[in-house]
Amino acid sequence: MTPAVDVRGLSRAFGSFVAVDAVTFRVERGEIFGFLGPNGAGKTTTIKMLAGLLAPTSGLATVAGYDVTGDTGPLKQRIGYMSQLFSLYADLTVTENIRLFAGLYGVRGERFDARRDWVLEMAGLDAQRDRLTGELPLGWKQRLALGCAVLHEPEILFLDEPTSGVDPVSRRRFWDLIDRLAVAGTTILVSTHYMEEAEYCHRLALMHQAQLIALDTPAGLRASMDAPLYRVTTDAPAQAVPALRVLPVVADAAMFGRALHVTLHDERNAERLIRTALGDAGQACGEVTRIRPSLEDVFVHLVRAHAPAGAA
Amino acid sequence: MTATAIRARALTRAFGETRAVDGVSFDVERGELFGLVGPDGAGKTTTLRMLAGVMRPSSGDAEVFGESVVADPARVQPRLAYVAQRFGLYGDLTVRENITFYADLYGVADADRPARFARLYEFSGLGPFEHRLAAALSGGMKQKLALCAALVHAPELLILDEPTFGVDPISRRDLWLIIHEMVAGGMTVFVSTAYMDEAERCDRLAMLHEGSLVAIDTPAALQARLAGRLYRVRADDPRAARDRLRTTPGVVRANLFGDAVHVTVADPPPPWDRVIRHLTDGGVSVLEEGPADASLEDIFMDLGPTEPAR
Repeated sequence: MTPAVDVRGLSRAFGSFVAVDAVTFRVERGEIFGFLGPNGAGKTTTIKMLAGLLAPTSGLATVAGYDVTGDTGPLKQRIGYMSQLFSLYADLTVTENIRLFAGLYGVRGERFDARRDWVLEMAGLDAQRDRLTGELPLGWKQRLALGCAVLHEPEILFLDEPTSGVDPVSRRRFWDLIDRLAVAGTTILVSTHYMEEAEYCHRLALMHQAQLIALDTPAGLRASMDAPLYRVTTDAPAQAVPALRVLPVVADAAMFGRALHVTLHDERNAERLIRTALGDAGQACGEVTRIRPSLEDVFVHLVRAHAPAGAA
Repeated sequence: MTATAIRARALTRAFGETRAVDGVSFDVERGELFGLVGPDGAGKTTTLRMLAGVMRPSSGDAEVFGESVVADPARVQPRLAYVAQRFGLYGDLTVRENITFYADLYGVADADRPARFARLYEFSGLGPFEHRLAAALSGGMKQKLALCAALVHAPELLILDEPTFGVDPISRRDLWLIIHEMVAGGMTVFVSTAYMDEAERCDRLAMLHEGSLVAIDTPAALQARLAGRLYRVRADDPRAARDRLRTTPGVVRANLFGDAVHVTVADPPPPWDRVIRHLTDGGVSVLEEGPADASLEDIFMDLGPTEPAR
């Protein structure tokens, strides 16, 4: 079976600025494929090219078997697209927005009735169907936007930071819907800054300065970080960060909630060195425990490893 | 000098029939890092706007450093900085010109500017970019510039509305280092966020729900509310484990946290081994299980936002 998305050496330049630089990857059907990367890394540009919204400067990409550089008309019937600035009309009701998108995608008659009811049920918006969209909380608008993006039952769905600024509970609910779509066979490409969402993806592509710097499962990415990582608690974590960063053995120290995550170059005497450094800085050190890296640890580690010194 | 930075009393703001903020009272001490969390539409932004004196309460009042934001917002505003989600940066001005604009606006004396600018550049890392147009900055750098522009008049209170909205993890760390540095220097910071790991860094947190305050405490005290009722399970198939747990008697909630499942059980708790047996009987192979500390997200869900995760 052909992959859902097949990308080879895809590039896009804006004048002299290369936004996406020779990116190559494949996405299998039914996969939830995540895009991670710092702001400006090229995630949005990549997604726009794959959705047929922006022409590549060079390289090849096929999506659902269609060449994105060719006639993208038939492609657009096979894909759905939702961005962080989703295009709902605030002064239309929920049902009117669904009708509008159905018209654009040629979903009519009995199929429209069935799809509208499906979207209302999926998004949990049945009781809100006649409310003005502009009055809905952000999390509800976002589920409606998702519903509108999949009205025409696309094979492949592109989501560009769909959950930015949404509260944790609404984010979870949104991801439950994504799960449902993937189980039903939809391929999903999604970009996010929320590392807990990245965990829900089957595979992750990490972009940095226009290039793909890592591509693996969440577990594979975690396993790739071989530097020992410790969780450290102290009474004043913000002040402990500089005290630890000056130690030669410390590769990085950062706050995680109220605790610190400390990455070391060398594991020998780790606990003693950390305790001594904090003691010298006048801090009461609590626990020092070796932990498995979170995806945020991995993300920062990989980006720093690819950045010129001091740039990240 | 009073030790209280903010004293909100029955603060209320209605829009037509809807009470976006409904009788909210709390105190923030000087030097505190105080967080505001809650579901979308809970009233966070409206609360921040009233405290910053840019929106009038329908009723109630808030004092900032002893001055009422209702009676005379102009007396309060020079002492605080408010960074809205869409902060007014000028895309066609450079980094330096944007900061200068806010320095002019707040009447920062010329003599104070060199040292003030140097310090802002130092902690933001924006020095090398001072002649770049704001429009050409990345999202993370724009947020840092907004913060610098807001801090140029050396406010005593910094009010931040979701400062890390749409910002990548590395820029997020940088922004928080700046916030911690401000607090270490004695500034009071009042911040709203949708990130629970950010909320956890605050000295105290207020949780808003449908315009009302449902909890206010230290993160540790909030997390202790689920003591004895929260467990963590790692399984070979975390989604299958979560789905099975959601149908297990005595389980209130089961959600993925990374590659583990956090399980909140009823009060009084059912025997945990029975929950695990139900899981393994369902064909889930369990790698690791046991009691765990609640995260703030567990607490957030337990305090009953409008939409229970299914």
